[in-house]
Amino acid sequence: MGAAPLVERNLIFVTGKGGVGKTTVAAGLAQMLADQGRSVLGCEIDAKGDLAAAFEVPPSRFVPQKVSDGLSLMAMDTEASLREYLKLHLRIPIVGRIGPVAKAFDFLATAAPGVKEILTIGKVCWEVKERHYDTVVVDAPATGHIVSQLSAPQVINDLVKVGLIRSQTDWMSEILADPAQTGLVIVTTPEEMPVSETLELVGAVAAQTDVDLATVVVNRLLPERFTPRDEVVFAEISGPEGRAILDEEIGGGAGPLLEAARLATVLRRSRTQHLDTLRAGLPADLPVLLIPELFSRTDGLRATRQVAIHLGEERL
Amino acid sequence: MAESPSPIENLLAAREILVTCGPGGVGKTTTAAALGVLAASRLGGRVLVLTVDPARRLADALGLKGIGNEVTEVPSSVFAAAGVPVVGSLSAAMLDTKKSWDDLIARHAPDVETRDRILANPLYQSLTGRFIQSHDYIAMERLYELHATGEWDLIVVDTPPTRNALDFLDAPTRMADFFSSRLLRWLIAPARSGIVNFASKPFTQIADRILGTEFLGDIAEFFISMQSMYGGFVERANAVARLMADDRTSFLVVSSSEAVPLREAEFFAEQLAARDLDLGAVILNKVLPASLTDPAATRSASDLEEKSEGLAARLSSELGLEEVAVSRVLATIAESFADFAVVAHREASARDRLPTQGAPLLAVPRMEGDIADLSGLLAMGQAMLAPSP
Repeated sequence: MGAAPLVERNLIFVTGKGGVGKTTVAAGLAQMLADQGRSVLGCEIDAKGDLAAAFEVPPSRFVPQKVSDGLSLMAMDTEASLREYLKLHLRIPIVGRIGPVAKAFDFLATAAPGVKEILTIGKVCWEVKERHYDTVVVDAPATGHIVSQLSAPQVINDLVKVGLIRSQTDWMSEILADPAQTGLVIVTTPEEMPVSETLELVGAVAAQTDVDLATVVVNRLLPERFTPRDEVVFAEISGPEGRAILDEEIGGGAGPLLEAARLATVLRRSRTQHLDTLRAGLPADLPVLLIPELFSRTDGLRATRQVAIHLGEERL
Repeated sequence: MAESPSPIENLLAAREILVTCGPGGVGKTTTAAALGVLAASRLGGRVLVLTVDPARRLADALGLKGIGNEVTEVPSSVFAAAGVPVVGSLSAAMLDTKKSWDDLIARHAPDVETRDRILANPLYQSLTGRFIQSHDYIAMERLYELHATGEWDLIVVDTPPTRNALDFLDAPTRMADFFSSRLLRWLIAPARSGIVNFASKPFTQIADRILGTEFLGDIAEFFISMQSMYGGFVERANAVARLMADDRTSFLVVSSSEAVPLREAEFFAEQLAARDLDLGAVILNKVLPASLTDPAATRSASDLEEKSEGLAARLSSELGLEEVAVSRVLATIAESFADFAVVAHREASARDRLPTQGAPLLAVPRMEGDIADLSGLLAMGQAMLAPSP
């Protein structure tokens, strides 16, 4: 099975190191797909409400809520997922008796590794399998947790020899391993730690999961301020003579202005280096998408919209 | 009038444990290391930085080949090479979850046979290797153990990135609750006696249908092996909770000035207050220069744009530069000032509104480039000494 373009896949996991704008990119991606006429479910795994905040709607619940044309949101709740699962597959009459089940579940989830993860993965795969939406965009756990999430079906397969959960892992694994259906998006910024974590994650995903890495999104790219020639001119202007002229002509003095421009140049230069390191470490044929730094807004609907527009301009 | 002492210097001198916590990606690990370097170079004593982040760059900056589970001292030659004076000593250790668990089991196991049975159990391996709750627990456990050696004047520890603010603090208690759980007894009882009692029957039935008898048996076997160690776990969990609440321990909430991390930082501060834990300071990293929000600078920027033609003409003739290029550069200067000023204003406003539960707020300027050595870490530490804007 060949890989499909990202926009045509049915299940997209978005991950990234904390602070790189993972949720904003997940929201922008969901918005972009909805703008293109697909019906999209955005699913938040860490129930912190950040994805809902990116659309400026109240915190999501387990039952998807429509937030705009073609876009619904839900928040993962493993206990609710378990209850839904039991109702669908076992017809166990526990719907009214939430208390003891919650306790038992909490215990089991702590005792048996992979249970929480499989209920999370199981729910999103279920939505894909049932074709309730064209695309499920998952605002997935940060880089440290994503691998255990994506490899949960295999872990369960290794640990559990029989039982209902075991019988369910095959179809999940099939969806996850199909690059025509499922893709992983890693979000990073052109900074040192995010780049090195991204490169480590790329290796871990390949080694420990069957999920196809579809693309890396580099967020917060700074604009190039000066061409090398202009940089020379800038250096001259910031020199003592130029500085004196500027101070004389400009009321409040030129210091802070030159300082801001210098900072912009220094940051841009260091980010360019990190971007080069990233590109050098990634497979040559892996698409890398770039999103510029949004100076005006970093969160909320406005930022989501802008990211959606930038993603729409890239060929996915 | 005497200068008021720096809140950070007070904390470094008075506390034995400083815990940095906060959202991901804001420089927690670097902050912890910078505080360690600052303490070792300024106050002396034996300082230990315990990190959970296997950052190679940090190891490089500390002049270590790599930071492992074992405590390693930063050689004095590394301080000398970086031109950083050192009064005390600085050591570093990284938390290796799997290794720490194995050590813990080895220490608590009543006999070699039990130890080996636990270490070989597939459930144990999966539990310790992959799952994050075990990471939180072992981080606290290791901190306790290092503190209990009495070898350190100060331990600065950065916390694992948790899904929920203070998960790592709850981990010991959760572990204790877990081992004294009635459900655990339900789970183990049938494996031991083959008899399912009345109360546990519905639970066992459901668990059995979902997970299968064999897996439940594995779980039971694992916990039976672990049972001899429950007492130790519970006792230790309580001791860790006491240590965190001790007045020799303070928490530092680290954040950047962006909206989302600040929201999380605020939540951290609230949670600490709710648990009666000491919030020593709120540290904001990557703060943009104050000049960006200076009204005089804003006037300069509009001046620059208004007079750009005349300025370009004068600069090019007096400095012998191409006028078109000068115009372009001046326009770019104005533009980049405007871009950064927007960010600086927004972040300053967010900082002003951040409730800190009465703790001091420290602004650490955005460091240029990446911190590559001890002097870079020291510079960052010294920035924390400065009084807040």
